Amino acid sequence: MSTICTMARRELGAYFLSPIAYAVIAIYLFAAGLAFGLGTFANNAEASLRYLFEFWMVLILLFVLPMLTTRLISDELRSGTIETLMTAPVSESQIVIGKFLGAFAFYLILLATLLLYPIILEIYGDVDYKLLFCNYIGLVLLGGLYIATSLFFSACTKHQVIAVLASFLILILMTFASQGLAQQFEGAGRAILQQLSVRTHYMDFIRGMIDTNHVVFFLTTTGFFLFLTVKRLEMQRWQ
Amino acid sequence: MVRVENLTKRYGSLLAVDNISFAVERGGVLGFLGPNGAGKTTTIRILSCYHPASGGTATVGGFDVFRQSMEVRRRVGYLPESTPLYPEMRVREYLQFRGKLRGMSREERMTGIRRVAERCWLGSFIDRPIVQLSKGMKQRVGLADAMLHDPDLLILDEPTIGLDPTQIRETRNLIKDLGDRHTVILSSHILHEVEQICDHTIIIASGKIVATGSPQELRNRFSEQGTVVAEVKADQTDIEEATRKIAGVQNVSLSASNGWVRTSVSAESGCDVREDLFKLAKDRGWALRELRREGATLEDFFIKVTAEQQTVRPR
Repeated sequence: MSTICTMARRELGAYFLSPIAYAVIAIYLFAAGLAFGLGTFANNAEASLRYLFEFWMVLILLFVLPMLTTRLISDELRSGTIETLMTAPVSESQIVIGKFLGAFAFYLILLATLLLYPIILEIYGDVDYKLLFCNYIGLVLLGGLYIATSLFFSACTKHQVIAVLASFLILILMTFASQGLAQQFEGAGRAILQQLSVRTHYMDFIRGMIDTNHVVFFLTTTGFFLFLTVKRLEMQRWQ
Repeated sequence: MVRVENLTKRYGSLLAVDNISFAVERGGVLGFLGPNGAGKTTTIRILSCYHPASGGTATVGGFDVFRQSMEVRRRVGYLPESTPLYPEMRVREYLQFRGKLRGMSREERMTGIRRVAERCWLGSFIDRPIVQLSKGMKQRVGLADAMLHDPDLLILDEPTIGLDPTQIRETRNLIKDLGDRHTVILSSHILHEVEQICDHTIIIASGKIVATGSPQELRNRFSEQGTVVAEVKADQTDIEEATRKIAGVQNVSLSASNGWVRTSVSAESGCDVREDLFKLAKDRGWALRELRREGATLEDFFIKVTAEQQTVRPR
């Protein structure tokens, strides 16, 4: 447990020392601000965060989280530090969970910056805090899945760019395309693809519902990708 | 301390380590010597629990490197060849992090860092970011990390590569000192280095052990078959004819300059022809101004055994 903590703290600390992370944060804040400004302050728009959370945040995270996460293992593979890490008395799962938690903690900090928007909205009307809470739970779970997916691709290659591109592709497929693809199939195939559609699961949180079904979906898929990452690192030893 | 039996490692169809066995006793410095690509790094990676072996067993302090990997890792300090470090961290931060990963308590880390900072001369840059350090400084940080938890066994892969001459000398002295308290395994392709600091040598080529022994033993083994050089003033054909008659002489080569003839005589192993040559010169009344055994170095031995290995195993 303390080993996982040590790993997570190092990764979180590394974010604040990396210029790339600051560039990505700048893009994130700009994009989120833009989406909020255009969506909420457009003529006749409702004074809510729905517009931001429903679509724009998903899109922003889909691009930002792979860029922040794929560094975690790719960099170690490229620089060779993986060798000192994997010859220390640390198991592969401790490495993976530690790195995941480090990135996740950084993501929570990013999410916290969004709290500025409800404060702005307070000026114009009442904010539904219960709804906001549900939205946040949805974002936390969604981000966890995106981070776990990107972490897996990070363990697959020492080239971070390749890991980023692969993560984009898979996340776009899982989030936006699987619903459309499902229409092309019938029976079991359609049911499975519909179940796999991340956006479908996410939307209920936006509507203000916390359904165990969706929570379980996010937790199991996140766990599945973390498991794959551990297996990938174990394979790394044999090469 | 270390026991390796029939160790084999394959990467696909490439046989990197081919059925090697050796044992290392506690204390002292063992040198792993071999040309590039001989299997030194592979063997070291198996011992440090980075790669699992394809066959055979290896134990460190009685623990199996594969089945009791965590126990082995706690007892081993490992410095990989390229000295990988996290560039964005400061030296002290990095050592703290590595100490925590090894489960050292706060006090252990404090005393450990103080100890390695002194031994590896980190004092002047311990609070600087690693990215700003020179290659030699980084090497010392890597070494400090490997020594931090006071391990029973230190494994150093090419520890002096990329250092300047002063740093090389300092690092060699440090490793020699470490041999008093720890068991050290180091790999190198620099013979001179191994000759200087190792108590025991294993020469490895094409994945096989071709010779073992102390540097002195290896040198002796080779110099038994060495050549004797004599410089005499006489007629070349006379010299050749006469020396060839000495018992045990296999080959004679001559080169003349300023009336002196430099005569190299190689004889059967265990046969010292210096006395015969002296008698010969005395009997014939030749002027003799030099008579010596060609000092065989470990380098000659190394080149000979590794060349043999390569000709024996053409693929």
